[in-house]
Amino acid sequence: MNFRDNIGQAFTSLKANKMRALLTMLGIIIGISAVIAIMTMGNSMTVAMTEQFQELGVNNVTVYVQQKEDEFAGGRFGGGYETTDKDLLTDEMLADLREQYPDDIDAFSLAVGVGNGQTTQGSKYANLTLLGVNAEYKTTNNIEITRGRFVDDGDSESRKKVVVVSDKLVSNIFGEEDPIGKSILVELQGYVGTYVIIGVYEAEDSAMGPSTSSEADVVTEAYIPLKTAQLIMKVNGYEQATVMTAAGVNATEFTDKITGVLNKYYSRNEHFEIAAFSMESMVESITSMLNMMTLVIAAIAAIALLVGGIGVMNIMLVSITERTREIGVRKALGATNGEIRAQFIVEAIVICMIGGIIGIIVGILLGIVGTAVIGNYSGGDMEFKASVSVPSILLATGFSMAIGIFFGYYPANKAAKLDPIDALRFE
Amino acid sequence: MNIIELSGIVKKYFIGKPNELQVLNGIDLTVGEGEFLSIIGESGSGKSTLMNIIGLLDRPTEGGYTLGGMDTLEQPDAILSRLRGQKVGFVFQTFNLIGRMNAQKNVEMPMLYNHVPPKERAERAAHLLEIVEMADRAKHQPNELSGGQKQRVAIARAMANDPDVILADEPTGALDSQTGRLVMDIFHGLHENYGKTIVLITHNKELAEETQRIITLKDGDIVAAQYGRGHKENAKTPAWAEAPA
Repeated sequence: MNFRDNIGQAFTSLKANKMRALLTMLGIIIGISAVIAIMTMGNSMTVAMTEQFQELGVNNVTVYVQQKEDEFAGGRFGGGYETTDKDLLTDEMLADLREQYPDDIDAFSLAVGVGNGQTTQGSKYANLTLLGVNAEYKTTNNIEITRGRFVDDGDSESRKKVVVVSDKLVSNIFGEEDPIGKSILVELQGYVGTYVIIGVYEAEDSAMGPSTSSEADVVTEAYIPLKTAQLIMKVNGYEQATVMTAAGVNATEFTDKITGVLNKYYSRNEHFEIAAFSMESMVESITSMLNMMTLVIAAIAAIALLVGGIGVMNIMLVSITERTREIGVRKALGATNGEIRAQFIVEAIVICMIGGIIGIIVGILLGIVGTAVIGNYSGGDMEFKASVSVPSILLATGFSMAIGIFFGYYPANKAAKLDPIDALRFE
Repeated sequence: MNIIELSGIVKKYFIGKPNELQVLNGIDLTVGEGEFLSIIGESGSGKSTLMNIIGLLDRPTEGGYTLGGMDTLEQPDAILSRLRGQKVGFVFQTFNLIGRMNAQKNVEMPMLYNHVPPKERAERAAHLLEIVEMADRAKHQPNELSGGQKQRVAIARAMANDPDVILADEPTGALDSQTGRLVMDIFHGLHENYGKTIVLITHNKELAEETQRIITLKDGDIVAAQYGRGHKENAKTPAWAEAPA
């Protein structure tokens, strides 16, 4: 009896009991499809997240002032200190950093937050966040200027009261009118100022930002020169800076160099120090977190698969008991123990493989639907494309075959060892 | 030439235990090529055990057994399975057709284990079904066949690998006398037209009478051996039949 004959025999016996075969397969189908669906969804999320962060710039290293760790241990946990001017990053420190690693650094982006507020023009209004930025902020944050120009160092040195606003703000306030050269009144909590619009940028829908219900209420950033903002806030330094590393520089490794240079300035600072993290390492940690989650859920799905496998074994044992006489007849007709064993193992494998293939198809469909649902749930901001995890399919196929062999072997061996005389006498 | 040579066959069960049971007490029996032999005896006489040993389903505790010129005792199980498939054709009282396969597939089954290619299998099975006059029922499932029809399919199956000997264990036991007659006629046909060696195990003395030689077993011993009607009718009686055991 060759392999093809074995498969033929397996199909013949499965066809004789279609309902039972289907129910037996169900365990395998559920297990495999769960594994595939979860892997597909996890994969899609990882891809989407990675793309998102890539857009934000994996080359960016964020440098910020943080309280020294031993301060937390010093019983002042939760309280902390307010940063004062002497604790902040200064232009001098950043210049030093650039001097030491001129080839590794492309740009610094610096920002000083002024606050959230509104600008009104008659009955029209627009929400905004006023932010003082340097010229390089445009590069590091991928800002697209559609009209006019971005703030530059000259604006900053002379502390001009100019502003670059978003196209959304423009359409809320000015409609189709050209806004360049127009003044707007910015009202923040505890601050009111008049600014001249010098440029308009294209506001992107932020994935991470809060989703807003109405177009009119959307909050966009309005950029003013850095030193203008420092003057308003009465600060000379920065709590945070973004370093854009040159192409080919490992941003994660570069963070250590940055903190190494900057912390020299903080060696005598009692409460604060410099810390840095890269987007790249964020991507890595989020990816590994997602992978971990996927793995944990997949492990649960694997348990379902195990239960399915036990179901296969159980049904095979029942089937062999029912077919004891048939086994006796086959032996009388010349079947060796090995051939009987092979016949039942192949039968178990066929059940598992059919279940596995159905499971893969169902799993891919579920994965696509699930990804679409997550995509919807995330407000449609993030682009989720279902990306089927190929290794999971190979794994599932191999695994279902292994289940067939593993859970088929014991019953098949039991069948092979039956004494033909007893088997023929079996009622 | 002798197809079956049994010498001093002893079969014991529960060896070394207090309830040790000796079923066969040293059977000597030879069956010649082309002989139609019947073994009769009450239940418990050991005829089933003897049939299992002849059919290589069981091994004797003592004694020698040569089947078709081959000493079988020292062979491993896998070889015995092959020999069984090639040299022995079984016909059972309860037919033992495999339920979910049609008549044709049932007849093909022994050839499957004898590595006969699919096309040849199908052709031979069709031919055998013609011999037993079941060609028109080749695609029928066993549950669509009557008892007599089932037994005819089973006989075709026993012939599949052109065995040296057909072992028929009460082949008419589950049939009414009319269909039993039909089945016996098929055996006679196989014997006369195809020269098959047939060993018929039965407790029906009338049927045994039709064969060439009748062996009577009682409590594990051969207590009588006599010629049947077949002996007189067969002109070409071989020399071995002259001196029954």
